Amino acid sequence: MSTTVTTSAKRLNYLNVDHGMKSWLLTKDHKRIAILYLISLSFFFLIGGLMAVFIRIELATPAGDLVEPDTYNRLFTMHGVLMIFLFLIPGVPAVLGNFLIPIMIGAKDLAFPKLNLASWYVFNAGGLFMIWAMLHGGVDTGWTFYTPYSTAFTDTHVIATALGAFIAGFASIMTGLNFIVTIHRMRAPGLTWFRLPLFVWAHYATALIQVLGTPVVAITILLVAAERLLGIGIFDPALGGDPVLFQHLFWFYSHPAVYIMILPAMGVISELITAFARKRIFGYKFVAFSSVAIAVLGFLVWGHHMFVSSQSVYAGILFSVLSMLVAVPSAVKTFNWTATLYQGSISWQTPMIYALGFLGLFVIGGLTGTMLATLGIDIHVHDTYFVVAHFHYIMVGGAIMAYLGGLHFWWPKMTGRMYPVFWSKISAGLVFFGFNLTFFPQFILGYLGMPRRYHAYPEEFQVLNVLSSAGATILGLGYLIPIIYFIWSMRYGERAPANPWGAYGLEWEIPSPPTTYNFEETPVVTREAYDYTGIEEKSVA
Amino acid sequence: MWKNFPLFPDRATEFAGQVDALYFTFLGISAFFSALIAFLVVYFAIRYRRRADDEVGRPEKAGLWLELTWSVIPLIILLGMFTWGAKVYIAAYRAPAYAVEYFVTAKQWMWKFQHPEGQREINHFHVPLGQSTRLTMTSEDVIHSFFVPAFRVKADVLPGRYTSVWFKAEKTGTFQLFCAEYCGAEHSLMTGTITVMEPAEYEAWLADVKKGPSVVASGKELFQAKACNTCHRPDTAAQAPILHGLYGEEVELGTGEIVMVDANYIRDSLLNPTAKLVKGYKPLMPTYQGQLSEEEILQLISYIKSLGDEPDEEDKPQQETTPEFQSEER
Repeated sequence: MSTTVTTSAKRLNYLNVDHGMKSWLLTKDHKRIAILYLISLSFFFLIGGLMAVFIRIELATPAGDLVEPDTYNRLFTMHGVLMIFLFLIPGVPAVLGNFLIPIMIGAKDLAFPKLNLASWYVFNAGGLFMIWAMLHGGVDTGWTFYTPYSTAFTDTHVIATALGAFIAGFASIMTGLNFIVTIHRMRAPGLTWFRLPLFVWAHYATALIQVLGTPVVAITILLVAAERLLGIGIFDPALGGDPVLFQHLFWFYSHPAVYIMILPAMGVISELITAFARKRIFGYKFVAFSSVAIAVLGFLVWGHHMFVSSQSVYAGILFSVLSMLVAVPSAVKTFNWTATLYQGSISWQTPMIYALGFLGLFVIGGLTGTMLATLGIDIHVHDTYFVVAHFHYIMVGGAIMAYLGGLHFWWPKMTGRMYPVFWSKISAGLVFFGFNLTFFPQFILGYLGMPRRYHAYPEEFQVLNVLSSAGATILGLGYLIPIIYFIWSMRYGERAPANPWGAYGLEWEIPSPPTTYNFEETPVVTREAYDYTGIEEKSVA
Repeated sequence: MWKNFPLFPDRATEFAGQVDALYFTFLGISAFFSALIAFLVVYFAIRYRRRADDEVGRPEKAGLWLELTWSVIPLIILLGMFTWGAKVYIAAYRAPAYAVEYFVTAKQWMWKFQHPEGQREINHFHVPLGQSTRLTMTSEDVIHSFFVPAFRVKADVLPGRYTSVWFKAEKTGTFQLFCAEYCGAEHSLMTGTITVMEPAEYEAWLADVKKGPSVVASGKELFQAKACNTCHRPDTAAQAPILHGLYGEEVELGTGEIVMVDANYIRDSLLNPTAKLVKGYKPLMPTYQGQLSEEEILQLISYIKSLGDEPDEEDKPQQETTPEFQSEER
């Protein structure tokens, strides 16, 4: 099918072209920067995951008997802060996007390679602030930093943590800017907008949110700092401020931020489903434009986090109906993905198991989201475990499933090695099963009325909490296995051919791993994305 | 076994039934679509599994009508659920005019309740069965949230302003109260109970509890003690607006802005009197910031609310004026 990779181990690629720390830390190669990001993100994910372990052990019993309430509050705060700002928001774009976007559009690198490297340093600087804060006692406000608790009441490290998010935000802006310019200016000849892989469309929409939304949270963080450090009354009513103003500003960014997490994940799913169904995606333009629609509408729904906050009834009604509208493009995507499977040639490889798992979990996450957007239901379930379950279905069941599916799909391209198929399928199954056992009971807990961020809870909630903790154990195992075999595969894995999956796309036409500049000659694109029916004539030629 | 493993919360108000009907309808719709997608995905993945290594899928032209179908059908369903949900939401925050008002003050980490007749409770709250009960709530420190799962009601409790929520309990018993908005170290201990009693029992209970002066009477006493009546006096020598019959009316400010005299306005005027000055009056009033507790502010508001149109009628019982209260938009 594909041209056999040269058997000579001497072939130069982006990994072995240079050696030594300096060649990595000063690299301008988007692929190496992607690997740097992968290392940073994995580190933060493991710490954030460790916090979740303590949370779930604590919640196995109704009494708050493992850690002190203060410690528990710091655990769930740091879990949220690390997972959101240092893992999910950079997540797919920084690792898979960085690696693949230039290749998918036939370019040698991103438009601003130095900016790309700078973003990694800025990101880690933000991360270090947060880790510093954590080591010096952490922060206990919840990742939402609600005022006036965060500005006038807590004595934990609000400023250092928020500054970490502020700094990491600039990395997000840099990445977004880089993607926008790159996608506009550096597409290969013949690669029109409607021939772009949907992964690129999704990242384009994401980049718009990163560039437009992130400055708002940066401003909000500065206002919190001004109130906390200088006593300027902005949010604290004792100083003449308005605490609900903070919620508006915070969610104006933080709701679109949810789409920063899920849109690139949707892009990954479009790639996985087409590759393992070997079929052009159903309704290409609908899937592409639905990403843009989600990005735009996503800016208009922030008030659905504030239905019980004292916001006016009319504002609540408006935000509710707008939130319903943003669900439609997500439904369109789901139906198109499902229709793509129809008459496909479906292969049950590991990345596809993740993609199909994503479909199931995303549907549940999305539908429970529309339930939360329904005003009459939200009154009861707001700030309960129903919300916790819902956003974990989107962020973990959606974004992390896609991230893992994407890693399993492009790992051979990134490292030139295959991972063990058996173990990868086992772990994909564990992740899917463990995830559901962890979070499905939380929907029931939420409707029963268990509030979130509770260190201790009434006894009647115990059985469901024990189920959840049991699920978390399985889920944790499901995450550890890939870490082990991915590391193992880098040395012992079978060498990967250029196109191990028989997939169609520019990234599969270059060797695994690619050379530093990706393409020896700039490719000319003459066909649509996912044009699998053309594959045979091509390999004959 | 089911005692320790409930799947469904207690239902103690008629409103809870409305929320449940909405919830279970939507749950049914969600279950249907989840099952549909899951079935199609699994069916296609098996039916069209790859049989030869070089096999490719058979692409079809996307049908516009199909795209429209699966955009428009969800949209219609969602808009329907939205409309229904909005109706329930409005009902949750628009108390009937005759609802009896109670005061709730939240602080880290306790709930304080005051009955109209003056009885106070901490973390436990007694209400009579079948009475429309409206809570006017404020916080002394951070944001809290009043949440009674069995009533399906929740409203954030904010420092520096009043929010309200109402319910009409239709089942006797003791129900759990939670703080739903994270409020610091002992957030999970900021819980309490609401006991719903037969009206006769409630009256007996009220009589048993050590009773101070009613809220309105305390407010009246305070009004005199703080010498408010020096300026706010019902005669021509008044240097400040006459308060009789003012509650629930609109007034024009010096800036030309029209505002409603409600609990939040009176509160602001006590703590920051010059900010929203009524047209034609000089900024003479001193601030009472730091001199009045949240409870005292509520007593003054209740007293001002109780003042009838005529100065002579100022001792009218508070209950009769309650219907004038405009429920706040929430």
